[in-house]
Amino acid sequence: MRNSFVARHPSVLAFLALLALFTLGVSVLSEGFGIGLISTSFVKTLGKTLCLCLIAVAMDLIWGYCGILSLGHFAFFGLGGYMIGMWLMYERTRLIVEGSLAQGALPPTEQEIVDAIGTQIFGVVGSSDFPLVWAFADSLVLQLAMVVLVPGLLALVFGWLAFRSRVTGVYLSILTQAMTLALALYLFQNDSGLRGNNGLSGLQNLPGVEAPQSVVSLWFFWASALALGLGYLLAAWIVSGKFGSVIRGIRDNEARVRFLGYSVEIYKLAVFTLTACIAGIAGALYYPQAGIVNPAEIAPIASIYLAVWVAIGGRGRLYGAVIGAAFVSLVSSWFTGGQIPDLVLGPLEVKWVDWWTIVLGLSFVLVTLFAPSGIGGLFDLWQGRRPPDRHGADLGPDAGALREQEATE
Amino acid sequence: MTRLIIALAALLLFCAQAMAQDTTVQSVLQAHRETIEKGSRKSISAAIDAIAASGLPQAQEVLQVWAAKEMWQRAADGLFFRGTEKPARQVELFDFDTGQSLGTASRDRLEQIKPNSGVRAMIGTALVQFQLSDPDPNRRAESLDAIQRSPGAELLAPLRASVRTETEPALKARKMRVERLLTIAFDPDESSRIAAIDEMSGDLGVDMRATLNPLLVTRIALAEGLPATANIRREVEPGDPVLGVAAAYDMLIAAGQAQPIPDAEVRKALLISNMVDGQVAGVPVHRLDTQEARDAVYVQLAQAGLVPRWSSAEAPEVVVTRHRFVEVYSEPSAAVTEAAEQALTAIEMRVGLNQAIDLGLDALSLASIYFLAAIGLAITFGVMGVINMAHGEFIMMGAYTGYMVQQVIADHTLSILVAIPLAFAVTFAAGVAMERLVIRHLYNRPLETLLATFGISIALQQLAKNIFGTQARPLTAPGWLDGAWVLNDVVSISYIRVAIFVLALIFLGLFLFIMRRTRLGLETRAVTQNPRMAASMGINPDRINMLTFGLGSGIAGIAGVAIGLFAKVTSELGSDYIVQSFMTVVVGGVGNIWGTLAGAAMIGTLQKGIEWFNPSNTLAAQTYMIIFIIIFIQFRSRGIIALKGRAAGD
Amino acid sequence: MSTLLEVSGVSVSFDGFKAINNLSFRIGQAEMRAVIGPNGAGKTTFMDIVTGKTRPDEGRVLWGERSLSLLGLSEAQIARAGIGRKFQKPTVFEDQSVHENLLMALQGPRGPWSVLFYRPKAADLARVGELATEIGLADHLPRKAGELSHGQKQWLEIGMLLAQDPRLLLVDEPAAGMTPEEREHTTAILVEAAKTRAVVVVEHDMEFVRRLNCKVTVLHEGAVLAEGSLDHVTADKRVIDVYLGR
Repeated sequence: MRNSFVARHPSVLAFLALLALFTLGVSVLSEGFGIGLISTSFVKTLGKTLCLCLIAVAMDLIWGYCGILSLGHFAFFGLGGYMIGMWLMYERTRLIVEGSLAQGALPPTEQEIVDAIGTQIFGVVGSSDFPLVWAFADSLVLQLAMVVLVPGLLALVFGWLAFRSRVTGVYLSILTQAMTLALALYLFQNDSGLRGNNGLSGLQNLPGVEAPQSVVSLWFFWASALALGLGYLLAAWIVSGKFGSVIRGIRDNEARVRFLGYSVEIYKLAVFTLTACIAGIAGALYYPQAGIVNPAEIAPIASIYLAVWVAIGGRGRLYGAVIGAAFVSLVSSWFTGGQIPDLVLGPLEVKWVDWWTIVLGLSFVLVTLFAPSGIGGLFDLWQGRRPPDRHGADLGPDAGALREQEATE
Repeated sequence: MTRLIIALAALLLFCAQAMAQDTTVQSVLQAHRETIEKGSRKSISAAIDAIAASGLPQAQEVLQVWAAKEMWQRAADGLFFRGTEKPARQVELFDFDTGQSLGTASRDRLEQIKPNSGVRAMIGTALVQFQLSDPDPNRRAESLDAIQRSPGAELLAPLRASVRTETEPALKARKMRVERLLTIAFDPDESSRIAAIDEMSGDLGVDMRATLNPLLVTRIALAEGLPATANIRREVEPGDPVLGVAAAYDMLIAAGQAQPIPDAEVRKALLISNMVDGQVAGVPVHRLDTQEARDAVYVQLAQAGLVPRWSSAEAPEVVVTRHRFVEVYSEPSAAVTEAAEQALTAIEMRVGLNQAIDLGLDALSLASIYFLAAIGLAITFGVMGVINMAHGEFIMMGAYTGYMVQQVIADHTLSILVAIPLAFAVTFAAGVAMERLVIRHLYNRPLETLLATFGISIALQQLAKNIFGTQARPLTAPGWLDGAWVLNDVVSISYIRVAIFVLALIFLGLFLFIMRRTRLGLETRAVTQNPRMAASMGINPDRINMLTFGLGSGIAGIAGVAIGLFAKVTSELGSDYIVQSFMTVVVGGVGNIWGTLAGAAMIGTLQKGIEWFNPSNTLAAQTYMIIFIIIFIQFRSRGIIALKGRAAGD
Repeated sequence: MSTLLEVSGVSVSFDGFKAINNLSFRIGQAEMRAVIGPNGAGKTTFMDIVTGKTRPDEGRVLWGERSLSLLGLSEAQIARAGIGRKFQKPTVFEDQSVHENLLMALQGPRGPWSVLFYRPKAADLARVGELATEIGLADHLPRKAGELSHGQKQWLEIGMLLAQDPRLLLVDEPAAGMTPEEREHTTAILVEAAKTRAVVVVEHDMEFVRRLNCKVTVLHEGAVLAEGSLDHVTADKRVIDVYLGR
């Protein structure tokens, strides 16, 4: 079955091959295992970019295929990061604390170790007690399970409430934005139990691992590449079958799907929850490479940027989402990294660090206006695919349905 | 009866005056010469009282001079004078009775009277009655202020005396009020204190609460060893919020009822100090990695007498339960504390009620801010179905316009009057430009409108940051908007907020007028309901959309000026309000101005209400509010005021 | 003939306007019925109520042999119970191929898990081919639905309805915008379908209704005005006054 699936969708195979080639290339050029042409920090940047591509795939699934413009998926991304961060921080602090307590005259009691870890971790917010949410922080297996379960559960509860009351379209987008804002504001409090605006830090160090960062960064890079490959495969498989047919039907005309006997709400909920879980995994791989996770990461603006990436890459096609996320986030870090010389236009000096956001915002408007199929649309030109000529009339019967230019896949 | 009293009082007054005819200040001073010279706190009151009671017009001056250390005594005859020091150790003397200069005299032949601080305080008290009946009303008010700043038992009598003679009604009322407060605090007679408390019960003044609260100060004490007369409020169990076990145990230690207990850290240190060859009391150190093992070893050491005794059975938790602890009033009179408690409860209830009113006013002003911020959005989103994520940035543009105008026009009133139409013009133009260039091409694609306007939003925000920098710019309100409208000590509302409320009302009226009474409103409603039909009737939908969008954006600009008056003008000003504005529109129901009003009222009230429950944490308040709104949408997914049936579409 | 759908005493109002006023209606197991009436008579609202889109203020809607009430069910549940609906405007999934459209409508489990792991069996593909032939789209299976002509879309939608294998078909103006030949074909499809199931057709075109050759129900102001053969109702004075005579 799998063989025929890949055979029917050559683009999936092409994508996986490119990803493998890219991973191999970076490994060969890296400092950790290769000839050292690519710095460790750049390997981390590339690894993080792969994670962003993964969440972009999730976003494309929910928005490009299911038609739900979620402005809250970075909440799930951040939660995934928090979940793995709790274990990383706890375990690393435990090793340090045990090391220093072992220097004492008496061997430490368990309570003393826990107290010392608590003081270390929560000292910055003026506390030393472990909040309830840290109950499983000492278990890697449980925290790894929570990477998927916590975002999934939040998505399930929120989605159930939202879809059940038939909130759709723009309303739903604003509601998801409110959700992520609420979560960010909650985490910003010191007594949220997750260190307030300090967030969780020092995540780049794997507890008990002696290997240098140049090697660890490659491990994470490989893990990110693997996750992206599997995520892409899963998403491609889902959208290729009847399930994909149904969710695209929901995107184009929800009511019609309902009259065909499908429970639209359950399908939406399934896709919303699944994509939240994928986002959680992406976040769990991203933040150890970033080293720190804090509530600012969850702010509504991040999720909107996610939509921007997918839109620029071309939604409704999975490789478009990947291209968009990789392209925009890499170009962004290039421009804001201060490596580009300032542009002098007569009296006006353009510092790219300051002006990049304006360029991004305006180019985003231009893409929305003139190239709704995004960068991915270039592939259609190359393949000579033409959209059906409908003389400008809308394709779908619904006001929110796809327009002519976009219906190319 | 009354007449008799008046007659008696007149007689007394007459007598005093008659007496004054043949006495001078000097003679009074001479009568108390020795006590004045001695300057002892114990005996001086007779002298002070005599001067104060002399009824002489110069009495006040004498007391003031005395307290200011400007009274000199001539060694030759012992007479007292006012003196001012001159160069060359000379002092110019003045007669108290006539006020005339008597020429200068050498310091060597004079003695300066220097009252100590205790005496000066007593003189000050005596002076109060003069100040309280000073001919100048301002001086009288000042003296009342002084009394309220540092009240004292000794002030009660002069205050009471001055109430009767007070002619100014306002001052008389104030004096009576302060007299009541002093009575509550200091009157030696218990029943009159209780009477005063009952009389003032339910008073909202901060001074009343400040008077009652000291009466109810309590401390926690061990029941044993308290005098039988102690005014006990209640019995306290250790572990009560006001008395932790550790604190209770410390009290027992202080009372000699318990021994200090070495805590876990101290015991650990003692174990370490008793370590011999890697063993403590014969137990290898590596086995001491649980608290139980350590405790067992410690008990062994204690039995051997090497460390202070300790046993887990003697834990503070156990020991403190064998003693009684009570909360004791500092005020000895139980009747007074009871009356004060009752009065305070009554006051707190009224304060609570007034706080609710104050909260309501706060909520109303917050609601008008949200309404102002959301009304433009309601037009673009509700009437045209267009999501404008850059709406917040239009608010910001309005605020910056106000700031720029103030840079040019110094007069604040005039600059605001100029800024409001200018902000409207600027954002109207920006809105029209945006509609023409972007939104026009995206009608019927709401999600893409949302994203495109978001692109504009981040570009505008960054642009403002590049131009104005990240620091906040001031937008100063005109002077006549400073201050607050104070109803009582609890309820007050600042004039700026009143002005914003009025502005919100004006906009509501304006919106209703435009939509219901003008050609533009008619055409807008037509285009909203059926664009094709409207177009076929000769209405140009393009023009209507453009104007409507401009109108919505223009109102956002004016809202920006209003918001800038009390919030700091930064490039993030708009994004701080955008989510709440959307919430307002969504909760209220799309396409209906009354819905927006209801939404703003609900969100404002909700936010203030949650803040009231948890005042220290506005972040949590916002979190809970958003969660509440998500749940609210469950029950009314189309908002408070929803269109029904076919008109609502699907 | 036993009753398949019974609507009795149903009323619904929007903001005070009574769209349906004490309407009663019943249809048997294998019966063709045409519903006619002037604009605003409540034809579409009637369909909305039966399919669960609109909840009536009062009245009963009973379904099948066991007289199941449809009022508490969602649209999807009603559709699964065996009621298919065709909208006035052709609503097919224009972004998907004719094949995908038909496959999606095909009778089968509707839960997300079974749909996720669904792979078309030979019998399913054969059924799709059969339906495509019946609606004259056998040559167009791989084409996107959006590329079809208006009439072909109408047929595709009817085909999707048939693929659902419903016991009751609600068809809203199937012949709107069709050429005479296409109308002929549509009539044939509907008459064929009515042999095995109940079909309710809402139509304005009297000629089309006459060709269906079935019992006619006339709606006016949300209630049944007349019922019977076409000749019977067209002779009715009230029907002429409110509908035909204009």
